[in-house]
Amino acid sequence: MSAIANSAMANRFPEASVAWSLPYRGKVAMAGLIIAESAIFTIFVVAYLFYVGKSLSGPTPREVLETPIFYTICLLSSSLTIHFAAKSLARERVGAFVGLWLLTIALGGSFLYGTAQEWHRLIYEHGLTISTNLFGTTYYSLVGLHGFHVTAGLIMLLIVAIFALAGRVRVEQSRRVEVLAMYWHFVDAVWVVVFTVVYVLGR
Amino acid sequence: MSSNAITIPGVQINEKPWVDTLHEWVTTVDHKRLGVLYILYALLFLVIAGVEALIIRIQLMFPHNHFVSPQVFNRLFTMHGTTMVFFMGMPILFGFANYLVPLMIGARDMAFPRLNAFSFWLSALGGFLLYFSLVGANGLYGAGNAPDVGWWAYAPLTARAFSPGHSTDYWTLALLVSGFGSIGTAINIIATILCMRCPGMKLNRMPLLAWLNLVMAGMVLIAVSPLTAAQMMLLIDRYLGGHFFDTQAGGSAVLWMHFFWIFGHPEVYVLIIPCFAFMSEIIPVFSRKPIFGYPVMVAATVCIGFVSMSVWAHHMFTVGMNSYANSFFAITTMAVGVPTGIKIFNWLGTMWGGRIQFKTPMLFSIAFLFQFLIAGLTGVMLGSAAFASQLSLSYFVVAHFHYTLVGGVVFAVFAAIYYWYPKITGRMLNETLGKVHFWVFVIGFHLTFDLMHFPGLLGMPRRIYTYEPGRGWNTLNLLVSIGAFIQAIAILLFVANLIISYFKGAKAGNDPWDAWTLEWSTTSPPPAYNFASIPVVATRRPLWDLKHPEDPDSRYE
Repeated sequence: MSAIANSAMANRFPEASVAWSLPYRGKVAMAGLIIAESAIFTIFVVAYLFYVGKSLSGPTPREVLETPIFYTICLLSSSLTIHFAAKSLARERVGAFVGLWLLTIALGGSFLYGTAQEWHRLIYEHGLTISTNLFGTTYYSLVGLHGFHVTAGLIMLLIVAIFALAGRVRVEQSRRVEVLAMYWHFVDAVWVVVFTVVYVLGR
Repeated sequence: MSSNAITIPGVQINEKPWVDTLHEWVTTVDHKRLGVLYILYALLFLVIAGVEALIIRIQLMFPHNHFVSPQVFNRLFTMHGTTMVFFMGMPILFGFANYLVPLMIGARDMAFPRLNAFSFWLSALGGFLLYFSLVGANGLYGAGNAPDVGWWAYAPLTARAFSPGHSTDYWTLALLVSGFGSIGTAINIIATILCMRCPGMKLNRMPLLAWLNLVMAGMVLIAVSPLTAAQMMLLIDRYLGGHFFDTQAGGSAVLWMHFFWIFGHPEVYVLIIPCFAFMSEIIPVFSRKPIFGYPVMVAATVCIGFVSMSVWAHHMFTVGMNSYANSFFAITTMAVGVPTGIKIFNWLGTMWGGRIQFKTPMLFSIAFLFQFLIAGLTGVMLGSAAFASQLSLSYFVVAHFHYTLVGGVVFAVFAAIYYWYPKITGRMLNETLGKVHFWVFVIGFHLTFDLMHFPGLLGMPRRIYTYEPGRGWNTLNLLVSIGAFIQAIAILLFVANLIISYFKGAKAGNDPWDAWTLEWSTTSPPPAYNFASIPVVATRRPLWDLKHPEDPDSRYE
């Protein structure tokens, strides 16, 4: 009964058609998540910068850190590949999409491998762990937080890749793929900041 | 929802067993049910934290009182503060945002219904974790149960050495988990408002409630995330042997203060801006006038959103910042008073010349205006660095922020409940009982919190579990405690009203207040799909246009 009364009430609104388009909710939500994540990273970056040179004991960044140029190039170029992958999907070139998508995963994976190698070297050769000194605490937290985001991104990329290889990703999904690409660009942009702070300013 | 069930003659539909109803509520993704869950959950914590406040006040009633031990007193004020901010204030306002925003912008649900349910249950888990500490926090050490580090948990109190056992871990995890829930809800509110508006609902036609909740959600993203980051650091310190806040290894205790208050001060605006939103909906309806200065209200809110991000260190005037930092934060703190003053002016402008109806929601709103103004004035006093140095950590500060949070937030929430209860339940709250509740609560509030300023001015520090007689604090503390009990009586009246009116209240109908926003165009309670056909709006007051086709707002906007 009341539902009918309700529709009668609603029908009294002017029927005039209005030109109406709104932003895609996925993109808006991802933008919101990126703002929130940026705030989290900002706090970790501030802590890192605040504690540069304040460790009471060694090792210091100057002694042990090596600039990971190759793996940085890997991660940054994965931003390009995912951009073109999403574009290919929007233009219905699914084959190019799958290829570029897998290349993105490979580049992201190699970056993670680089981080793992660096951590292994720091822990086993230099004895630097998260509890060694302030540098260890802030370094592993900041780089680890970023690495966690790369890992989360890779898992999401892999899920899409599995669907794509099963032939389930078509042009209809291109908006969603673009949302994922936004996240990946954000992860890369954060690396630019982390790289600058840890390997350039912090040494 | 029984209200929209279709009855077919000759077919008997049996009542659903209660397990089915419970299952529906637990698995629901409907924004209205989640909103109600948020509100009920928050009211539960209001009662729990209220009882904690009463125990605190019993302890402080007389000098040298031994009602609770100092250790228990520490746990009480920690749990009271943490609960009221994270598990009463935020959830109840998120609950109203959840319930009202889709209805007001003519949408059928939030942008992400399942994220919505996920966020609610994360918040619920957070509250559960905090109180589970009473059972689980003894751990291996047998030291402490509830967290006792204060709601801002300054380092190095939270370090392993000073906080053995697991009570601080429960505190950290509760805030971390509910923080993720808050961020999820904030993202959802933003996406809903930007992407789900009905045709014609341009940004400059949105109800102010939607606008203000948009700003609030944006602030949650920027303000709650630093707290989340700081809690992660604290967990790293406590579990992985990190040194972020370990002063023995060169870490800084002051850094925690900064991180906490970068969250902590915007947080109070996260709490008060939705209350401004309630005022901006309720005052026009009961003044029978459209809101005065709509664009200015929006601009002032956005302005508060920005300025409030740069005032945090006024909580830290006594930790020894340099004079430039002190001056900067004093100036920004004064500056944030300007847009807030604009808002109060606009609400008064709305009431000016209106035919004011003194219904219960309006009474609470008018009390809000007076009390929030006074709270703002003591805020400006404390914003001046030199004055704050004198009164920091005294009962004057306690009185100030309770004036904003009780005199502001709680009064606004009561106004909102009296105003929207008919929409949520389909029945009116009892008006007589409502007015008695209002006056008893006003008397209790002013007895408690007006007088609480004076022990502070006389030098009584906050967080002491007892005090010496003969310092001029005795009578004042006794009266403050009596006021607390009067407020408790008012809350009991309110709860009785909620329950009695749910069963016996007068039927509300679609639009009991003759209001103008879209939620009143649908039934009370609204059907699961909200609107049978999505409305199309042409002005800020679509229901006014419907009721007065001869004089639509579009002529003036």
